[in-house]
This record gives sequence, structure tokens and C-alpha cells, in this order.
Amino acid sequence: MGLIENVKDDGFEGLEHNFVTGQVESLVQWARTRSLWPATFGLACCAIEMMATGAAHYDMSRYGMEVFRASPRQADLMIVAGRVSQKMAPVLRQVYDQMMEPKWVISMGVCASSGGMFNNYAIVQGVDEIVPVDVYAPGCPPGPETLLHAIFTLHDKINTGELLQRRSDNGGGAGLTIEQRDGQSAPLLIRGAQ
Amino acid sequence: MNAEPDGSTETEDDPTPPAPLRYGAPLTDSRGQAVVHPSRDTWLEVAEAALNDGFDHLTDVTAVDFLEYPGRRDLPDGVEPQRFEVVALLSNIATRERIRMRVQVPVDDPTVPTLFDLWPGSETPEREVFDMFGISFVDHPDLCRILMPDDWVGHPLRKDYAVGRIPVQFKDQGASL
Amino acid sequence: MSVTESTDTSDEAVVDPTERVRRRGADSAVLRMSEAEAAQVGNDPHLHADDQRVLLNMGPSHPSTHGVLRLMLEMEGETVLRSKPVIGYLHTGMEKQGEQLSYMQGSTNVTRMDYASPLFTELAFSLATEKLLEIEIPERATWIRMLMCELNRLGSHFLFMATNGMDLGAVGMMIYGWREREEVIRFLEKVTGLRMNHNYIRPGGVAADLPDGWEYDIARLLEMIPPRLEEYDTLMTGQPIWRGRLQGVGAMSAEEAIALSATGPVLRSAGVPSDLRRDEPYLAYDQVEFDVIVGTYGDCYDRYAIRLNEIRESVRIIGQILEAMPSGDYRVQDKKVTPPPRARIDESMEALIHHFKIFTEGYKVPAGEVYAAVESPRGELGVYMVSDGSSHPYRMHVRAPSFVNLQTMPHLMRDGLIADGVAIISSVDPVMGEVDR
Ligand code: SF4
Repeated sequence: MGLIENVKDDGFEGLEHNFVTGQVESLVQWARTRSLWPATFGLACCAIEMMATGAAHYDMSRYGMEVFRASPRQADLMIVAGRVSQKMAPVLRQVYDQMMEPKWVISMGVCASSGGMFNNYAIVQGVDEIVPVDVYAPGCPPGPETLLHAIFTLHDKINTGELLQRRSDNGGGAGLTIEQRDGQSAPLLIRGAQ
Repeated sequence: MNAEPDGSTETEDDPTPPAPLRYGAPLTDSRGQAVVHPSRDTWLEVAEAALNDGFDHLTDVTAVDFLEYPGRRDLPDGVEPQRFEVVALLSNIATRERIRMRVQVPVDDPTVPTLFDLWPGSETPEREVFDMFGISFVDHPDLCRILMPDDWVGHPLRKDYAVGRIPVQFKDQGASL
Repeated sequence: MSVTESTDTSDEAVVDPTERVRRRGADSAVLRMSEAEAAQVGNDPHLHADDQRVLLNMGPSHPSTHGVLRLMLEMEGETVLRSKPVIGYLHTGMEKQGEQLSYMQGSTNVTRMDYASPLFTELAFSLATEKLLEIEIPERATWIRMLMCELNRLGSHFLFMATNGMDLGAVGMMIYGWREREEVIRFLEKVTGLRMNHNYIRPGGVAADLPDGWEYDIARLLEMIPPRLEEYDTLMTGQPIWRGRLQGVGAMSAEEAIALSATGPVLRSAGVPSDLRRDEPYLAYDQVEFDVIVGTYGDCYDRYAIRLNEIRESVRIIGQILEAMPSGDYRVQDKKVTPPPRARIDESMEALIHHFKIFTEGYKVPAGEVYAAVESPRGELGVYMVSDGSSHPYRMHVRAPSFVNLQTMPHLMRDGLIADGVAIISSVDPVMGEVDR
């Protein structure tokens, strides 16, 4: 990052050169990761955990993501949070199509990823049948920690520019799977006032 | 919960006492809960009698498909078992008494009169039964699918409708279970 | 049916409300129109030539935080005339799935219905199974169930406070509501191992005993919550804007609510004191003291106030449970339904076989049919279960309170503004997982 390097090396003097060396692309990618606005696409139980991630305790706004956009045209990231029914599938695809490029998809929870325990007539067995998925977050529901982990994984990939290339090559998502990261924080309630 | 039988002729020594009647339909007891068994012809009459008797809250309407369970024996004498059974749960808000109405519905003519005019709250539960079992409610104001898409074929909760499982693939082991 | 049919609303006031909800035609509050018809009406320019009516579609993915609910609205200007909730976007086939799973596994399935208060569906399922099995569960299990359910009610009502605030533009409330919910959830996680979808209440008792030191956690919760409710009062209850948005919006009379089969806060807001905890005491609710909160006008404000005060009542109940918690078993000691404790499996072959059998085959439940109901935060939640004597339910139907309460929505919205529509959706507080099952 030329601009930042310049500032680092010479302090604000560095800016006086008045041009930026380095790739515009990395600046763009940096900006993309820092303002990844999700579309509100809460479907089922997982949506509650997605909202919990956005709320005060886990505070997604630290990563510039607290604005859940109701209009798909303003959103970059679709977090499919919950089970996708046969009736919802066309709607989901339409919302995805309405989102502007570049766009990313996180499949949150086992239901969205594979149908989960609902292996039956009503549920689409994996949202990747409808839209390309970049990161699969496991868990039923994945806690806020896992969702944040999924988001960081996505950030890394956006930073390298890898995903967009893959999409233009074969139309598919990255299909990364991550580990579940829940149950690590000790319940604070017990220790709080002791 | 215990209803006073209306016109019951129950005697102690009768080996198979006829089921007592309530609102003119046989009354049985299922784990301490009162159940009346009207026929399809008396379904509305019995329902209306129950409504006038204070059962002002229609808690739910649902159905059961007895295709794979022909040997059931909780029906009183005189009630012919059929494949479908529509169940309506009534309760009395003031006294908290509950009663259940169960009507047998044959598969070749799956129709029941609607309860909409008595309890408008039956509208969506009846639509659900229609959607899931294909039982039509005669005179229902808006009988259409509610949970499944409009163009769906079949009625998922019927016992002859497959669950629709797809086999799970375990990629690492190269085998499917 | 066409939207151009004139609606005579001049004599609306003199019509008996129970008659009004029974209407079938174009003067009903329910827009009884299929999607195809709606599309046709929407595409026909002549139909709109002489009036201002439009058909508006809202959802299923929409900004108000209540899941995948879709509404078809017939509007005149900004006024809602008729409307129809279109549901099924989250239909999961859980009733069919319930027939595939044994009684042992069933609570895993049902807990995913009402994801804001999962323990209540587990409880209703367990009560129904226990009624079929005709077993009595130990006293401590009963009280643990009660404790957990009341905590879950807190969590669910806090969630309502958060979403209700957010839907009405009090976005700060979102943060406060979640803050309290997080506290409750942390205790639930400590006991059950999961933040949601606990699968903790099972036929025959509960999955695990309360952890050491739970009294301390609860005491802290009980200390913490009441002052925070005062904060809610400051932030919302007395606020002129808040009152202006809610009072008189979406009002409903007791007769209408009963006729439409409403339960829970929707029914109570209309002034009907109906609460299964008091009316048909299950668990040990007859041994604790609490008040049933009722409203007067049946409007959104009453429904908000009822939930807020129910939090206070739940806090009161939890306080009494803390005092009265008996000791003893947390599971029924009936070999038939309870797997052997983990430690015995390592020692005894029989225990291992028993464990294996119970988890692979499940236990057989006597034939019969039964209905068991509990008072969930949203209303009467019942499970109607038919058993054919095998280890799987022959039919498992859940009477979901949100599903039934949803049909009051067109009647509440009629002649209101569309902005009030969001307040009404929010105040009925449907959980779509439970509506669609
Ligand atoms: S993965 Fe679990 S928590 Fe998420 S939607 Fe599915 S059942 Fe609900």
C-alpha cells in the first residue's frame, strides 16, 4: 500500500510526493473488506444469532458491518442464516441477483449448508444448489464467534482478490469450510461480581 | 374435563356399555381428555351445540392420516374408522374446559363442512389441513395452499407421500449411507 | 372477487365485531385472493381507473425484523384496506420429520420451531409424551423445567423489546434488549451447553442437573433485571412519541380476539385473563404466586405493556423457584425411558446394551392420542400426539400460537396506516419458524 508506506516512512512528509505508488486494487480490496454491508437475509434460528452478532455484545460494527441493508442493491454480502425452503428458494435467488457485483455469500448454519437435520421434502439440501457459496459456517446455530470467524475468513480472501477471479472463471463460490469456534468465552455472568 | 353424559344409558353390569353421548355424539375419554365423535353429517350440529354450550375458543384444527395404522381401537361402537380423521380442539375460555371433536373422513370423498361460520379462527388451520392432507372444507372462504407453494403437487403429511430424503454422501469415505 | 367492488364502511361502527370477523366478501378485512389473481389485478390498468387502490406486496424478505413473513396489502393512499399474510417461506416439514424420529429424538426436532423460546416446545412435546407414557416426573425435574422456561420467557420478551423498538425506530432499544438477552442466554448456555435450540427438556425429565453455583447466577440475574426494566420505562413507556406510535393502533375487542382463536398477549391485551399457567396449571405453577397481566384496549401499546410486565412477573416466579427448588432426581428413574448414567456404561455390559438400545430403537409408547398445552411467550402452545404403540409418534402436530395469532393481523391492520402495519406485525410478535413449522 503505497500511500500508507509513504506515511509510515516519512510521516506526513510522505504525502507531499502527491502520488500514490502501489496498486489501486489493493486499496479497493482494503476498502471492500472494511465496509462489507450484509443484506438482511435472516431466515430461521440462525438469524437470531446473526442479530446477536450485530448487537452490542459482539458488535459487528467494529468491522464496518453493522448496517444490515434491507435493499439488496446496497448490500455486498448475503449471510444466508437459516434453512431455505422450496418456497423461499426462488426469492433467495432473486435477492442474490439483485445484489451488485462484487458480492459474496456466507452460508450460516448446517441447514443452509447442507439441509442439516431436515432431510425432507420441504428444505433445499444446501443453499449452494441455488447460489455460489464462499464460506460455510458450521453449527446449529453457529454462535457469534463462528460467524465472526467466517467473516474474517472472507475478509482474508477478499484481500487477496482470489474470490472475484474464481467467480469470473467458473461462476462458483470459494466454498471454504471453517471450524466451529463457539463455547470459548467463559460465561461472564458467574465471575462478574465475585 | 369430565362431561356429564347427556342421554347416557350406562349400566354397571353391561359388558360393553355403549359410549355415553354428548351433543348427540358418542363421548370417549382419552388419557383424561374428553373426545366426541360426530359423523360428517352431524359435524356442524355438534359443533354448534358445543359453541352454544360455552366452547367459544376453537383452539386448533388438525388431521391424522391412518393409512399405516389400521388396527386402532380407540373409536366407540358405531363409528366407522376411515383413513382420515379431522380433529378440532375446543376450549371454554371462562371455565377452561376442553373438548376434542374427531370426525372420520373417507379417502374417496375427503370433504368436511367448514367451521368458519362458527369460529372464524378456523380459517388458517383449515387451510393448513387442506394443504397438508388434501381434505377440503366445504364452504371455506379461501381454501388454497398455505405452507407449500401454490403449484406444489401432493399433500406432504399424507402417509403415502414420501419424506423426500436424499441420501447423505460422506465424501471422505467414498461411500453413501 | 375484484378490488373495485365498493366497500361500504359507513355503518362499520354498528356492526357486531364478531360479525365483522365472520365476513367473507370484499368487505372483510382479509384479502382473500390468490397470487395469480393478485398478479392479474395488478396488471390490469382498467381496474385502477376509477379509484386509488393498489395492491402492494411486502416481504418475504423485508426490513422489519420478523423473519420471512410476506403481506399482500390492498392500499388506498397510505391506508390499508384489506391484507393477507402469506406464509410458508420457512416451511421445514417438521411434523413429517417428527414422524421419522423416535420420542427420544423428537425434542431435537421440535426445539427448532420457536427459536425465540425453544424450551417451551420441548416442554409441550415432553408433557404430551409423558401423558401417553403415564409417568410422573420427579419434583426437582419439574422445578428445573419451570425455572428454565421462565428464564426463556425472559429471553423471548427481551427479544421482543429489542425488535419492537427497532421496528418503531427506537434503534437504541435493539441494543438494550440484546444486552439483557445475552445475560439470560449465558445462563442457559451454562446449563444446557447451547445458546439456542437447547434440547434440554426431554421426556422423563431434563438432560442434566443444574450446575453448581446456579443459585448465585440466578440471584445476580434477579438483581440485575429490575433496574434495567426501569430503564426501559424511561426510554419508552412514558415517551410521548412511543405512546403516539402505539396507543390506539391495532385495537381489537375481546369478542374478536376469542372468535379469531387468539391466545397469549394478543388475547390478554383485549382484557381476557387467560393464562394456562394459572388456568390449567401444569408443572408446579399452582405452587407459585404471580399475576396474569391483562390489557384494556387491545392495542399495540397494551401488548407492549403486557410483555414488559410479564418480565416482572417472571422475575417474581424465578425468585420463588430459587427459594423452593427441591433436591432429588432430575430425571425419572424409570429404566424404560432414561438411559443409564455415563459412568455406569464403562462398568457394566448391561448398561451399555441398555444405552445402545435406547438410543437406536427408542422406547415404546402405549397407543393413544393426547393433547398437552403450555403457555409460551406467544400464547397457547400445544402438542397433539397420536401413538400407535411404536417408538415413533404416529402423528405429531404442534398448535403454534404464532400461526393462529397471525390471522388477527388483517383485522388489526384494517383502516390503519401502512407505517402502523409494521407496529402491528411487531406487536403480534410472530416467530416464523413456529408459524411455518
Ligand atoms: S442450522 Fe440449526 S439454528 Fe440454524 S436454521 Fe438450521 S436448525 Fe436453525
